[in-house]
Amino acid sequence: MSDTVAPKEAFRLSMLLYDSRYRGITIQVFVLLLVLSAIFWLANNAVQNLAALGKPLRFDFLGQTASYDISQRLIEYKSTDTHGRAVLVGLLNTLLVAFMGCVAATILGVIGGVLRLSNNWLVSRLVAAYVEIFRNVPVLLWIYVCMFTLTAIAPQPREFRGDNANASMLLNDSVAVTNRGIYFPEPLFSRPLGDIDIGIFKISIELLVLLGVLVAGIYAGRWNNKRANAIQVQTGDRPATAIVNALMIIVPILAVLIALGFHVGKPELKGFNFKGGINMSAPLIGLWLGLTLYTTTYIIEAVRSGIQAVSKGQSEAAFALGLRPGRTMSLVILPQAMRVIIPQLISQYLNLTKNSSLAIAIGYMDLVSTLGGITLNQTGREMESILMLMAIYLAISLTISTAMNWYNNKVKLTER
Amino acid sequence: MSDLSYVRTEMLEQKAPPASSVGLVGWLRANLFSSVGNSILTVVTLFFLLSLLASMMPWIFLGIWNADSLSHCREIFAERYGDSTEYACWAVVRDRWDQIIFGYSFGNLNEGLYWRPLVGLALIILALLPILYPNVPRVLYVATAASLFLYPWLIWGGSIWGPLTIALCIIAGVFIYRFASRFMIMAFAMPVAIVGTALLIYFAMAPVAGALGSAVPIELQSVPSREISGFVLSITIGIVAIVASLPIAVLLALGRQSDLFIVNKLSTGFIEIIRGVPLITLIFVATVLMKYFLPSSVDLDPVLAVMVLVTLFTAAYIAEVIRGGLAALPKGQYEAADALGLTYWQAQRLIILPQALKISIPGIVSNFISVFKDTTLVSIVALNDPLGISDSIRSDSDWNGIVWELYGFIAIVFWLFCFSMSRYSLWLERQLQTGHR
Repeated sequence: MSDTVAPKEAFRLSMLLYDSRYRGITIQVFVLLLVLSAIFWLANNAVQNLAALGKPLRFDFLGQTASYDISQRLIEYKSTDTHGRAVLVGLLNTLLVAFMGCVAATILGVIGGVLRLSNNWLVSRLVAAYVEIFRNVPVLLWIYVCMFTLTAIAPQPREFRGDNANASMLLNDSVAVTNRGIYFPEPLFSRPLGDIDIGIFKISIELLVLLGVLVAGIYAGRWNNKRANAIQVQTGDRPATAIVNALMIIVPILAVLIALGFHVGKPELKGFNFKGGINMSAPLIGLWLGLTLYTTTYIIEAVRSGIQAVSKGQSEAAFALGLRPGRTMSLVILPQAMRVIIPQLISQYLNLTKNSSLAIAIGYMDLVSTLGGITLNQTGREMESILMLMAIYLAISLTISTAMNWYNNKVKLTER
Repeated sequence: MSDLSYVRTEMLEQKAPPASSVGLVGWLRANLFSSVGNSILTVVTLFFLLSLLASMMPWIFLGIWNADSLSHCREIFAERYGDSTEYACWAVVRDRWDQIIFGYSFGNLNEGLYWRPLVGLALIILALLPILYPNVPRVLYVATAASLFLYPWLIWGGSIWGPLTIALCIIAGVFIYRFASRFMIMAFAMPVAIVGTALLIYFAMAPVAGALGSAVPIELQSVPSREISGFVLSITIGIVAIVASLPIAVLLALGRQSDLFIVNKLSTGFIEIIRGVPLITLIFVATVLMKYFLPSSVDLDPVLAVMVLVTLFTAAYIAEVIRGGLAALPKGQYEAADALGLTYWQAQRLIILPQALKISIPGIVSNFISVFKDTTLVSIVALNDPLGISDSIRSDSDWNGIVWELYGFIAIVFWLFCFSMSRYSLWLERQLQTGHR
């Protein structure tokens, strides 16, 4: 009867090198020291060089007057505003084009992916050719091409002038397509309620009221559905809900619109350019089209691979149950394909957002053109501007990937 | 009675399939007109396709290849076709071919130097063959090793003894490693060898290369990095980025898979930060900020700085590809290596990495394609890649106003490179899959 107790070894210094239990610590300390000293060396150089130039790391330039104009903007901005506000305008412009691009690329990509698998030979080959042509050429080239196409093909604003003008506006004189951008009619209210100023930007009360009415309408519809369910359970007959629900949303909104005196303000040619209406400038459209055409190819491939990953038995089972091809696609195949598609979609959204930084090449005033372009050149604050730029993009990327991963986890198949 | 039968006793001759389901008609019915919706789709697509071709083909094929300037082109159009319709003026491609492909350094200035990038490209292709195709004789790895030193020499020029001395120092480093690993474990022999090689290069390179250079002068006219331009610049940035990023990427991927907490977090942080920012901000860092981060005595070359940052960018992406390869290996491989008593580095070098890298090659190729496409971004910071050169061609009074022909030509060259690489990647994926199906 002898107990087998492991012999207790005293810790010796050489174990840091030769004992695999402790070697990890040695290596980590060594690596950490190496990295920290490299960072220290770089930072020290930067501090010394900046001090020698007399511009220590300070962010007060964001409070100085920007004195440059931004024509494409989502919030109020004048050239007498600060650089900080110009950066905010740029950030919103980045988010705007990224959002528009993601929406358009998703719609086109899903349609394209389904057409790619169509049993129509011509259509599927055409989509395949589109994918191969567009994704093997740099996106910057596509952005230039879209921009130049727009400025070369669309008429100049002055061609709209005169009795027999060369160009005319579309849709009952409400939309003007020019080489400086597209002008849409804007919603106006003759009995406005004013704005709420929350410091950074203003929110129009009309919009809030309309949103409130819309949300109330949707909730009323849900309540109506619940009521219909209850009646169906009791009596077996379900009262018609679709028309009532639609009316509950449409009628109050129409009432509010009439009460506020809603009308559209059409863009009009004044002087050398169109005034009034909502303006989508040419660089915005060029960038949007270029990014969309390029990213769509990747989404088409993602959708195709996702649909092909669903086993054939699924669609055969759906057909056996009597579902039509359209319903099979929307009820059986796409929900399963989504699990393969969504991770790829996330990374394409991230790519599109990062590629929107190419705006600087065609003069769309996004974050890079404001903070890393004009603001940097005017203030000479390279270090602060570029570090801020990288930090903001990092924050955007991390936010998108976190949100999308959360969604991805939600739709993930929970097995066993 | 006996020969009366209600059931046919002999087989009928097999009938030919209906004429509508075989041959061209059958194919058309099955693939283009299988239903009403499909027929409409086919007709609409065909109409769209034909109208697109009808508007583009005359422009492309009635274009002119022989002219001195855009106005000359227009004169010829007016003379030949008699109307004011514009056709392509491909003469610009013919006129500026050298500039777009070889750039300023090898192009207009020194026409005698064309052979250098061409030989360099041939060398690279030769060097890639043994890596990309398993059936090519292994001897070609010699070319792979040689091209690492010869390609920079061909592009940048100068004395051949500089790159050769570095190669000698690295060979010496291998011997240091062999010698050191007799006394210590691999994890320590490796840093010793690396530090030894770095010291050798730092102290011995200049005198040795100088002495050899004065004894046997073999020199090429040196080309400053600032003057490398055109597709030579794109290809050089792409190749430097992919080659230099591979070792970094392997280390980052191993670091991200590692159990060591600090190493893991450092690798993950680096990868996520680099992947979270657009490449253009990193190129800004290279051209604007890098000079602050280095001692003020260093005269920084913008092209080299861009290459360094693009390399780091690529490394972060390839690290993720290799991490995928590491994760895809069956766990048994790791366990078997442990069971054999191999150390961590022995296991990585002999068992894990050869397999993981092999299945990562398609991903690495597709990363190379995107890096190659992304090299166009350097035109934004005024380096002369093909897009930058197209701007300067357009600012010349001869070709002012020419857009589509230049962009079209550049797009075609990029497309040829990227499409062939993506086809290769697909082919390789099929090759790698055969074992599992």
